[in-house]
Amino acid sequence: MTSPTHTTPVHNTPSDMTALRDAVATGTTTAESICAGMLAVTAERNTEINAFHEVFAEHALEAARRVDSDARAGRPLPPLAGMPIAIKDNVATTLGRTTCSSRMLENYRSPFDATAVERLAHAGAVVMGKTNMDEFAMGSSGEHCKWGPVRNPWDSTRVPGGSSAGSAAAVAGGMCAAAIGSDTGGSIRQPASFCGIVGLKPTYGRISRWGLVAFGSSLDQIGPMTRSVRDAALMLDVMSGIDERDSTTADRPPTELAKTVERPIEGLRVGIPRQYMSDANDTEVSAAVHAAADAYRALGATIVSVELPLTDVGISTYYVIAPAEASSNLARYDGIRYGHRAQLQPGEDLFTLYARSRSEGFGPEVQRRIMLGTYMLSSGYYDAYYKRALQVRRRIKQEFDQAFTACDVLLGPTAPTPAFGFGANSDPLAMYLCDVYTVNTNIAGICGVSIPAGFAERNGKHLPIGVQLQANAFEEDRLLRAARMLERALATTTGAHVARM
Amino acid sequence: MPDNPHSKTAALTTAQVAHVAKLARLEVAPGRIEEYRTQLAAVLGHIAQLDAVDLAGVEPMAHPFESHNRLAADIPVEGLSIEAVLMNAPAVEGRFLAVPKVLAEGD
Repeated sequence: MTSPTHTTPVHNTPSDMTALRDAVATGTTTAESICAGMLAVTAERNTEINAFHEVFAEHALEAARRVDSDARAGRPLPPLAGMPIAIKDNVATTLGRTTCSSRMLENYRSPFDATAVERLAHAGAVVMGKTNMDEFAMGSSGEHCKWGPVRNPWDSTRVPGGSSAGSAAAVAGGMCAAAIGSDTGGSIRQPASFCGIVGLKPTYGRISRWGLVAFGSSLDQIGPMTRSVRDAALMLDVMSGIDERDSTTADRPPTELAKTVERPIEGLRVGIPRQYMSDANDTEVSAAVHAAADAYRALGATIVSVELPLTDVGISTYYVIAPAEASSNLARYDGIRYGHRAQLQPGEDLFTLYARSRSEGFGPEVQRRIMLGTYMLSSGYYDAYYKRALQVRRRIKQEFDQAFTACDVLLGPTAPTPAFGFGANSDPLAMYLCDVYTVNTNIAGICGVSIPAGFAERNGKHLPIGVQLQANAFEEDRLLRAARMLERALATTTGAHVARM
Repeated sequence: MPDNPHSKTAALTTAQVAHVAKLARLEVAPGRIEEYRTQLAAVLGHIAQLDAVDLAGVEPMAHPFESHNRLAADIPVEGLSIEAVLMNAPAVEGRFLAVPKVLAEGD
């Protein structure tokens, strides 16, 4: 370790959010000092890391002081009282702008808060700022951002992963207590893996998408990005539950996982899909999965081998469904009601206004996916691409259902590699292939979590490696309890990471 | 409807890319069409692996849970105010969104 600033993520405090929350509630510390500490780290590191696009320092400190005043007065504190939380910039907030890291929305101010943000605020959380992302959540590296690339706090010559790049980097960099991201094909879990934090993609329909800027409507989910599994449980408890404003939310009560997450599962059956242990994985990645399996065995769990033969086909399925849905969702950006509008020359018509506004407003990757989706939905190609992908989607779901008859959770890598360097996947298809282990979770609508499980050493730097657990739809209780068992066994709490440095 | 999308993929032409850009309301500079064609052809070539999956008798699945539409109670609720709707508009005239002339003279 040569430079502590580059290699000591979470150097502000080794505590997770639950511990910080308890410390505020018992008067051991104040919300204001926690918030001020994280703002100081942000001021010091954000210029380099570029996690935040906007930071609401005054707002955050004021909100923290209100919590402290409630605590002093002995009033009961809500579950996230005073916790500074970072919000991915595709989630609508009335504070600041909601830009999706795109020129298209560079000045967009939301007239409402997303349901998830509303629920976090209701639980006492402090909206600390908006985080940078791959434009419109299309990317796996954090490089395609109008506001400049985001850097990995563990090694600033490498990407933090994406698309929830800034949220992952802010949590890993000690700039906030926790964050929310969105996950359409791995956008929470892959950056969580690259940055050494916990990232949960809940079951489709668990958390309202009201206020989440739509990308792939049948795939998108908001989820927590945290320092520990119990923090993820706590945030899911706060954000989940039916919402009248999103008809796709599941008609189920909010989860209560913070109560059960510490309870190990007796007789847990962990399935390792044979297709996940590919030779294409980096050695350390496969080793981390084996070490996790050993840890489970030592805890009395049974390890079984399962088959998911369509694993590789997931990328193809995803890159039909997601662009098709995106091309439709992004049709709303027309330069008329909101968003970027091009300047026309005299005599130019409305068509030119639409097309020029869109091409000036969207970056190349977004335009690529819109064209891909438009092509696949166009006359003569719909059945060959879109309908076929939806049929494969059902087969993928059936494979998961079959696998879950033999096991409770699936274990495997989150990504085939640790964080890669800037520009390493400049070919779009190569970038897409990085998502091989995460896209099928969204395609089937089930839940998955990435937790830190080791390191790979590259050029003298320690790069985090995550392993992914998946469970069937609405099995987050099982998923997070199994994740907590592993987290405890591997001692990969954030404190242990710092200790290891 | 092509029987085999492979052949169409291999044949993806710059004219098709230009047509798709037009359908998608994108103004792609002529100098960039070939670059997009190459990239899109590579992705479509990869996606052709879907053809190898046996899908006999498999129904398409558009949504994870195939849930039925949930109807809200038929009670009026307050929508966004005109001010809130217009606050992000790139051009406004009074209470209206301003757009370039849509109809030509004599239409």
